[in-house]
Amino acid sequence: MTQAEIGDYFLAHEMTTKPVTTNGEPRAPRSRTRRRPRFGRGVVLVLAAMYFLIPLYAALDFSLKNIQGHFSLSPLTQIAAQPGFAAAVGLSFRLSVVTLVIEMLLMVPTVIYVHLRLPRFRRIMEVITILPIVIPPIVLILGVLQAVRPYQWISSSPYLLAVVYVVLAMPFVYRSLDSGLGALDLKTLVEASRSLGSGWISTMWRVLVPNLRTALLSASVLTLALVFGEFTMAQLDLWTTVPVWIYNSSSNNPHVVTAVAMMFLIAMWLVLTIIVSLDRTHRRGKGQSN
Amino acid sequence: MTSNDVLDTDRSVKALATTTAGAPVLLDGLSRVYGATRALDQFSLDVHPGEFVALLGPSGCGKTTALRMVAGFDRPDTGQILVDGVDVSRVPAQKRDMGMVFQSYSLFPNMSARDNVAFGLRLRHQRSGLRRQRASELLELVGLAEHTAKYPHQLSGGQQQRVALARALAIEPRVLLLDEPLSALDAKVRAELRDQIRALQQRLAITTLFVTHDQEEALSMADRVCVMSRGRVEQIASPAELYAQPSTAFVAEFVGVSSRVPVNRHGDQGDHVELFSRDVAIRGDAPAANAGPLDALLRPEDVTVRVDESGAGVVQHRSFLGATSRLEVGFADVVIKTDVRSSDAELFELGTRVTLDLAAHDVLVTPRRMPSVQG
Repeated sequence: MTQAEIGDYFLAHEMTTKPVTTNGEPRAPRSRTRRRPRFGRGVVLVLAAMYFLIPLYAALDFSLKNIQGHFSLSPLTQIAAQPGFAAAVGLSFRLSVVTLVIEMLLMVPTVIYVHLRLPRFRRIMEVITILPIVIPPIVLILGVLQAVRPYQWISSSPYLLAVVYVVLAMPFVYRSLDSGLGALDLKTLVEASRSLGSGWISTMWRVLVPNLRTALLSASVLTLALVFGEFTMAQLDLWTTVPVWIYNSSSNNPHVVTAVAMMFLIAMWLVLTIIVSLDRTHRRGKGQSN
Repeated sequence: MTSNDVLDTDRSVKALATTTAGAPVLLDGLSRVYGATRALDQFSLDVHPGEFVALLGPSGCGKTTALRMVAGFDRPDTGQILVDGVDVSRVPAQKRDMGMVFQSYSLFPNMSARDNVAFGLRLRHQRSGLRRQRASELLELVGLAEHTAKYPHQLSGGQQQRVALARALAIEPRVLLLDEPLSALDAKVRAELRDQIRALQQRLAITTLFVTHDQEEALSMADRVCVMSRGRVEQIASPAELYAQPSTAFVAEFVGVSSRVPVNRHGDQGDHVELFSRDVAIRGDAPAANAGPLDALLRPEDVTVRVDESGAGVVQHRSFLGATSRLEVGFADVVIKTDVRSSDAELFELGTRVTLDLAAHDVLVTPRRMPSVQG
């Protein structure tokens, strides 16, 4: 998933969690009897679907063929045996875990603090957190590499990438948490918790985090997708993550490499679907509507 | 659920009453300034153990600031807060043992009603079985025994506030703080819950501070009402005294209905005024001789009315209030409100000429409010 796709997902997610009209009023529930889409709308829909689905179909088709161009599952069965593949997956996985942990430890308390104590600072935060999207990744990583060059212990560590990925994922994580906190009466919940004898850490852990479940899940999915999809920075820092491995191996065995790309795409969809359905089951268990 | 149902749950009440003792609270000279606004100005209040005191006043009078200071969510610039004789002004909120019910719904959305009530007990490391039992008892106490497993969004506003009350009581607080807990509810539920809270508070004898801008709530629930204006105490008195003997013009106008009538000072001592062509004593201390022109403040029940074709007053408005109807009688430059029995109201059609008389022995007077100059 590219950054642009992540952004699209996020925007779509945010819009579906808060149905409002353009003037901010709650949208009226949709009528059960849907109107038949007009011809023009149908055409737009088909064109958009083709735009997204044809490349996917082409990639899937290509990944299920052998060198002779016949249908074959061999590209899939050969994936695990590809040299360097397991190491690349391992590195991407470790980076995503470290990125996620640092991201959450940094952003959750920060966003809560801004909402509670510095509400005027929210606008500044929005501008600050958009910077990683505005600044091209190549500029960012070259700057970082230049800055850490004298410090061997970090410049030679793959986890430098995790630190940079934290910055890169910040826009998505901030907006996800900001939207989640906006839906809560944060001040009252915190004060209620404190009046019952709860300290700050306990309030955060027992009251706020469980109520930010959906926001945290979507922030995590976005971070995961970003780390598994980022190419430029990993390539320039000379670490073979999954996207770098795909790029390096593409000339040797294009069918297998395309199969890997498809597999990750499907895996990411699966993770997303599982998380969303888990969240839905959790809500249904409590009798909440979506 | 009626208030009697609450009282019937004796087992729960006894269980609570053994541990919940009313603590005296003394607010001594509290001041708080936010920028250019003086939210509290040398505010003092002495609340006796087990007493229910309402802080009443218009928006911005400092009542919520005072309550939040007692809760520990705000700190006074000067002054002390003594609970049971101990200064708690610098003690963090989580260590004060204050039960609080908020204006907005404050239940934790991720927890069932029972878990919400048990939350404070969990923080006090009570055993799981014990806290579940206690939470169930408290929910039974507020009449929600069948709703223990429900989540906040499955409960009505009134039910949510009852769970919030049970949650506040669960920690056996030294003081119960109620921050306009009824204002988000509809009129019928509000009246019902008002009675329930009062019945529970009396039964548990828990010291309670109740913030409201609704005079009906304050007068019907509290042992004493503290009327506040611009961060200061205007008057602290029982509801009956507050209504019958307001000590200031602000209290007279804020609590109940009053009409302002310009009067002239009379008598050798300057302690009488002329009203409805009679010499009437000034209630309480008369304003100083140099206080300028005076207004009398009249309650509707202080005034009697009769139809009189040669009378100076004209009925300008009539509104039905149930057993009584309120008339607004216009004179040249003043309107006076008075009540009549609704069965007699048809005598007073709009435009009817009437004469008013004073039913009270004395009147409250205040320096005349000058009309503001516009333009």
